Amino acid sequence: MSRAISRVLAVAWIGLMASAALGRADTLKIAYVDPLSGGGASVGQVGLEHFQYIADQVNAKGGVLGMKVEILGYDDKTNPQEALVQVQKAIDAGARIIAQGNGSSVGAAIEDFVAKYDDRNPGKEVVYINYAAVDPSLTNAKCSYWHFRWDANSDIKMEALTSYMKTRPAIKKVYLINQDYSFGQSVRTEARKMLAQKRPDIQIVGDELHPLLKITDFSPYIAKIKASGADSVITGNWGQDIALLLKAAADAGLQADWYTYYAGGAGGPTAIRQANLADRVFAMVEGFPNLDYAPAREAEKEFRAKLNGQSLWYPRVFNMMSMVFRAIEEAKSPDPVKFAPKLEGMKITTFDGGEGFMRAADHQFFQDMFVVTFGPLGANQPFDEEHTGWGTKLAGKVPADQTVLPTTCKMQRPS
Amino acid sequence: MSAAVQSGVRRTARGRGWARTGLWLAVAAVFLLLPHLFASGTGLTTMSLMAIMIIFALSYNMLLGQTGMLSFGHAVYYGLGGFLVVHAMNAIIGAHLPVPLVLLPLVGGAAGLFFGIIFGSVSTRRGGTAFAMISLGLGELVGASALILRDFFGGEDGITTNRTKLLHVAGLNFGPQLQVYYLIAGWCLLCMMAMYALTRTPFGRICNAVRDNPERAAFIGYNTQSVRFIAFCLAGLFAGIAGGLTAINFEIMNAANVGAAPSGIVLLMTYIGGVGNFAGPVIGAILITFLQVMLSDATEIWQLYLGLLFIVMVSFAPGGIAGLIAMHAPVWRARLLHRLAPAYALALLLGLVTFAGAALALEMAYRLSAGSEGGTAFRFLHVPVEAASAAPWSLAVLLAVPGFIGFRRVLPIVGNVWATTLAEARQGRGR
Amino acid sequence: MLELIIVSTLNGVLYGMLLFLMASGLTLIFSMMGVLNFAHASFYMLGAFFGYQLSRVLGFWPALLIAPVLVGALGALVERYGLRTVHRHGHVAELLFTFGLAFVVEEVVQMLWGRLPVDYRVPPSLDFTAFTIFSTNYPAYKLFELLTAIAIFAVLLLVLTRTRAGLIIQAALTHPDMVAMLGHNVPRVFMLAFGVGTGLAAVAGVIAGPALVTQSNMAGLLGPILFVVVVVGGLGSLAGAFAASLLIGLVQTFAVAMNVSIGDLLAVFGAHLAPDAFFAEITQVTVAQIAPIVPYLLLVLILIFRPRGLFGTRET
Repeated sequence: MSRAISRVLAVAWIGLMASAALGRADTLKIAYVDPLSGGGASVGQVGLEHFQYIADQVNAKGGVLGMKVEILGYDDKTNPQEALVQVQKAIDAGARIIAQGNGSSVGAAIEDFVAKYDDRNPGKEVVYINYAAVDPSLTNAKCSYWHFRWDANSDIKMEALTSYMKTRPAIKKVYLINQDYSFGQSVRTEARKMLAQKRPDIQIVGDELHPLLKITDFSPYIAKIKASGADSVITGNWGQDIALLLKAAADAGLQADWYTYYAGGAGGPTAIRQANLADRVFAMVEGFPNLDYAPAREAEKEFRAKLNGQSLWYPRVFNMMSMVFRAIEEAKSPDPVKFAPKLEGMKITTFDGGEGFMRAADHQFFQDMFVVTFGPLGANQPFDEEHTGWGTKLAGKVPADQTVLPTTCKMQRPS
Repeated sequence: MSAAVQSGVRRTARGRGWARTGLWLAVAAVFLLLPHLFASGTGLTTMSLMAIMIIFALSYNMLLGQTGMLSFGHAVYYGLGGFLVVHAMNAIIGAHLPVPLVLLPLVGGAAGLFFGIIFGSVSTRRGGTAFAMISLGLGELVGASALILRDFFGGEDGITTNRTKLLHVAGLNFGPQLQVYYLIAGWCLLCMMAMYALTRTPFGRICNAVRDNPERAAFIGYNTQSVRFIAFCLAGLFAGIAGGLTAINFEIMNAANVGAAPSGIVLLMTYIGGVGNFAGPVIGAILITFLQVMLSDATEIWQLYLGLLFIVMVSFAPGGIAGLIAMHAPVWRARLLHRLAPAYALALLLGLVTFAGAALALEMAYRLSAGSEGGTAFRFLHVPVEAASAAPWSLAVLLAVPGFIGFRRVLPIVGNVWATTLAEARQGRGR
Repeated sequence: MLELIIVSTLNGVLYGMLLFLMASGLTLIFSMMGVLNFAHASFYMLGAFFGYQLSRVLGFWPALLIAPVLVGALGALVERYGLRTVHRHGHVAELLFTFGLAFVVEEVVQMLWGRLPVDYRVPPSLDFTAFTIFSTNYPAYKLFELLTAIAIFAVLLLVLTRTRAGLIIQAALTHPDMVAMLGHNVPRVFMLAFGVGTGLAAVAGVIAGPALVTQSNMAGLLGPILFVVVVVGGLGSLAGAFAASLLIGLVQTFAVAMNVSIGDLLAVFGAHLAPDAFFAEITQVTVAQIAPIVPYLLLVLILIFRPRGLFGTRET
């Protein structure tokens, strides 16, 4: 039996090797490692569509340096160690650019792996481009030369969110409720710190942590929020933890504004619509469908037309890919050793028309941030979300330079 | 008993001993040679993972297969062992202690044993469903605390380490995956031999007695509770070693390692491989690890296939793959395996045809379904298929329906051939 | 303080009854067949999705009737063609069969309805505020959940203890051979019990779907909490499951209201841990923070000290 298995293994690997060898040298392979099955796939698959869409566009125009762009999808099942095995497979298949986004746990594992891999395999360096893992430590304590991030990290988002809250004098009492793991904990500490700096008059009337994805009934938490007299709630919750929280709030008739990170994420708009919380839920984004900027709206329309009404979730993927392609063209080489330096300090006009730049000190991208609310579509709001009839509306804009935070990164550059 | 018979007994015993030594040598040789067959990074990583999972699954089978304890929280000992190893590595690096990496799995084993003693003392008082439920509760508790206690479990990022920073012995820095593979393979061989030896000891036999009939085991004077406790602690020890090797292999441990998922996977591996046979968990670990790493490339609905495989195995082959193989031992010994070959080949062919048709239909259904974000065009076994057209659907039906009918027809024939061959094999031995 | 106690009690009872609604089918199957059905949450999920689909066509009330019947029939088929084959391999095999089934159901639901939450809403006829206490609104839908749970409890209890069918079912579990001798079709009794149990799961799904999130991962996220209810209540005891649901609902809700840390609790007993000690982190964790994992602690403690559960008559 073990012989039979080894035969199967042999056949599989020969197939793998053969397909790797067949891949022509004139393709630029970008490995996309994200959840493609199970619950996490609802976001992972959509991310893959973004990459595929951009690759098709670029290939139609002749590719990058004459190379066709090929996106290789790998399913990491949102598990850090599984992701490392998939990254190894991607490297074997000839990819030297690894893209990942969903799950900071996976992001941290890949960043660490890539740094060690590049250290131990000189001449075969790979680079990790990150489109959604927002743990601040990836560009601070753990920063790596081989990692670049295009999403604003959670501290930057909080900086932008509190900058916006500063302009809203109606906010007097704030309640914090977050998932009890590193991301939720950092949202809570940063919110306290930044609010104390920007609006010392705001009272923090409650600070709650609850286990991740374990709560079926949020009523007791809503009762506490209500008892505290809070007029606003800040939460980093995502998935069912935000949906159930908003529903429970609406059920109990809680009158409060919600300042969130992920109310716009998969399932968020549906929950907001069900809870009927028009214009009471705010979210931090780097771009949104109803932004009044013609090129972005045009792209949104095309994207939705091509992908069955799926909205364009990740404007940052467009920023990321255009910058990586530009760096490769400037370096005239798809070798990460050559093009990575070109990315450092690169400035671009972002997908949403603003100015964006990649800070060399920690490889964090900075861009304009927007605060949006969800509600019934009004004039000049052509796009809804998740077929709810409700869509995004601009509430406030925080320019890129107001989101710049210092970094503790001590970057080890290859000598 | 005459002297001649006695020496004969001794000779067969010695012969069996030699055969066993030969078998272990062969296993060692396979471990040594495999990297030459599969030298790619993926190959080495996958084989390292398989070797770790072999230890983990065998340790699980000490509970389920040998002592009859169904655990839903075995990853607790695996994960905690791994975390302790990562912390130990970082402490050793920090203090510049002269400890070679090769010894670190011992820390994992000690941690597994330690937590096995603590949790085992409360959970092994009873067997059966009570034990299963306590293991479930403990698994949930540890899994949930792993996210809350950030200092020890490292929060979402987990705890990382660098295996090359430890003392280098004989010029090995354990940077290249090949060296790590050999380290893991060595430990795997060692643990396999130890666990096998354990099944041959009187203690191993008592475990079986407690599994098969706890009342009788108690009547003949054994304390079933302490038997379960000792088996549980030992299983924790080996799970801890597996966890430690995971930590060395990936250089990162994360809260997911102590969660429900690895506990479920190890149960799957062990059961599909076969709980009644020492080789079962080994087969299961190799097969399931391979499927986990590779199946997701072939299809996005791999969980569906895995679930179906599991259901089929539980329903029709409760002895697992190893059980199916062991069934054929008498036929093989009588050298009658060739008699079965034609019937098997026919059944296999028809089974594959059915499966191909069904899989094609499932894949097309997935492309057409709401769950798929991609288009309806895809590749099935490297052949482009358009799910929204009639031709592939008719092909799927043409493969699956006649294939299934044929398969059902052939099954009794296979049964007949099997029965007559087995009878003949038994007779041959009787003669 | 009074406000907190009253509101928390109300919330606790409501949540407990939701738990009982979900767990009633599981405890029924468990008491009837001795099968720990790992796929119970999957049937609950199927109920929610069937309910969603049917309510879009027929409206909520017909869906509430039809979806459980369909899911129950599906459950009966699973018992007839799946579990019954596996039964002769023992309880572990049965349990593992349902374990595999849970995987399959999740994938199938993803194929049919996708991975994003579907827009399954509370019916307009129940979408209003029933009453308000201390300025906290209680929606009518929650009361509906409560009443359904109590009704199911009452009907099950009556059927099982007061009717002939119930007695046969109970006897079939303990003395299957004797019941078969008396001319009853024991396999059919089991099939029926499994069908009714999964049907009850579907009732819970249809009702809880709009209140919670109807999504393909809802079965997985519900997790083993239902086992906690069933085991803490005492295996096979309906009254036990009812009491355990209430207990867990109240304990969890009151725990949320407590901002005391474990270190504070230790300090009451005069124990102090140095703040830099290994695992000192654990003392800073508040009771509210770990409220949702308290039930698992309860499970472990109950099994250690009273393995038959609160109301159980036989050991687990």
